[in-house]
Amino acid sequence: MVIAKKSIKLITILVFALLPFFAIASDGGKSDENKEFNASELINDHIGDSHEFHIADWNGHPITFYLPVILWTDNGLTVFSSSKFHHDNSGEHLVEANGQEFVRHNEIIYYADKYETLKEEEKGAFNFGVRPLDFSITKLVFSMLMSALIILLLFSAVARSYKKNNKAPKGLAGFMEPLVTFVRDDIAIPNIGEKKYAKYMPYLLTIFFFIWINNLIGLIPFFPFSSNLTGNIFFTFVLSFITFLITSFSGNKDYWKHILTPPVPKALYPIMVPIEIIGIFTKPFALMIRLFANITAGHIIILSLISLIFIFKSVFIAPVSGAFVLFMSVLEMLVAALQAYVFTLLSALFIGQAVAEHDHDHAHDEHGHEVSDAEDVRGDFI
Amino acid sequence: MVLAGIGAGLAAIGAGIGIGKIGGSAMDAIARQPEATSKIQTAMIIAAALIEGVALFAVVVALIAK
Repeated sequence: MVIAKKSIKLITILVFALLPFFAIASDGGKSDENKEFNASELINDHIGDSHEFHIADWNGHPITFYLPVILWTDNGLTVFSSSKFHHDNSGEHLVEANGQEFVRHNEIIYYADKYETLKEEEKGAFNFGVRPLDFSITKLVFSMLMSALIILLLFSAVARSYKKNNKAPKGLAGFMEPLVTFVRDDIAIPNIGEKKYAKYMPYLLTIFFFIWINNLIGLIPFFPFSSNLTGNIFFTFVLSFITFLITSFSGNKDYWKHILTPPVPKALYPIMVPIEIIGIFTKPFALMIRLFANITAGHIIILSLISLIFIFKSVFIAPVSGAFVLFMSVLEMLVAALQAYVFTLLSALFIGQAVAEHDHDHAHDEHGHEVSDAEDVRGDFI
Repeated sequence: MVLAGIGAGLAAIGAGIGIGKIGGSAMDAIARQPEATSKIQTAMIIAAALIEGVALFAVVVALIAK
């Protein structure tokens, strides 16, 4: 008991000690003494992507971990360090590489000559034809590769321990096994069914742990963590797109029959069929937005609370906002696990709808129309 | 900007009503059947997360509209 108490104390002290880093790490190197503090700029810096990993400021000098810039240009592959931009993000600093010149504006890399021809309002926006294809290892890509490595190490260690130990699991495997059986018994089997769940377990386990670990990495406030990966719309888009592909390709005859010829009077087809077809896309779309919005909102709230200190420019605000940040951080730890669970649960539910055997799952009345059961209604509302 | 704020406020009202109803019903349910507390809590948290998701859709729209 003594050890447990001590370690809780230690963790609490550690959390409080590290809280200031959150503010420093996300300050973006732009807080000059004479410049007005801009909270929304700070927050946008943090939740967005960037070509270098800004760690902290020391005596006005930014400490930065530079990541490689990889471009596919008109002259072929071009690789250089992001330190060449010298922290410029307004399109003023020219970088020469591979016989071409580049500028960077709002983390978007342009050809320098074509950048000059852009109108003022087009600069720094998403536009095509004036910029090379950007395959850089950005902050988010870096953090994604790192979390993939963490998961690989974690689970290959667990798998190895099962190979030589065929008694009850110990250590790390003992910690992971309940989580894996939770995904199997509480997510996969109830939603997909006893017969077919095994085929989808690898995918469900992968997204569950990938989202969960990335959510937690986003909450750790210092280098090399703290990036807002699961709060990036492109990342969540890819995850939900994979769910969409799996759902569509494993959909059986009954699934498509329900969509193209729903069991309603023929007169309703012009309304029902488009709705059902749109429904195929809205379900993964909602998955995408839900994860993105939950995680991004969590980061925004935490950073806003920290920003209060600098907005009021008062020491007395610090303990108040620190306490709120601690509260929000703990809440976000719950949300991290919850969103991974919800994403996996809904993916399993959609897959389950697609592979459901018609005869076993639905009752029919005497006219051959379906009597919808609770499961159907639940699936329609989510 | 003001309209985005109003939109976010309306979404917060909706989410507040929704989560309030879930919390109230969960309290009732726990009072009736204290032995089922953990199951009720799990279901409550999931339902709250889904409602929160809807409210956050509105936040995203408000952010874009800004």
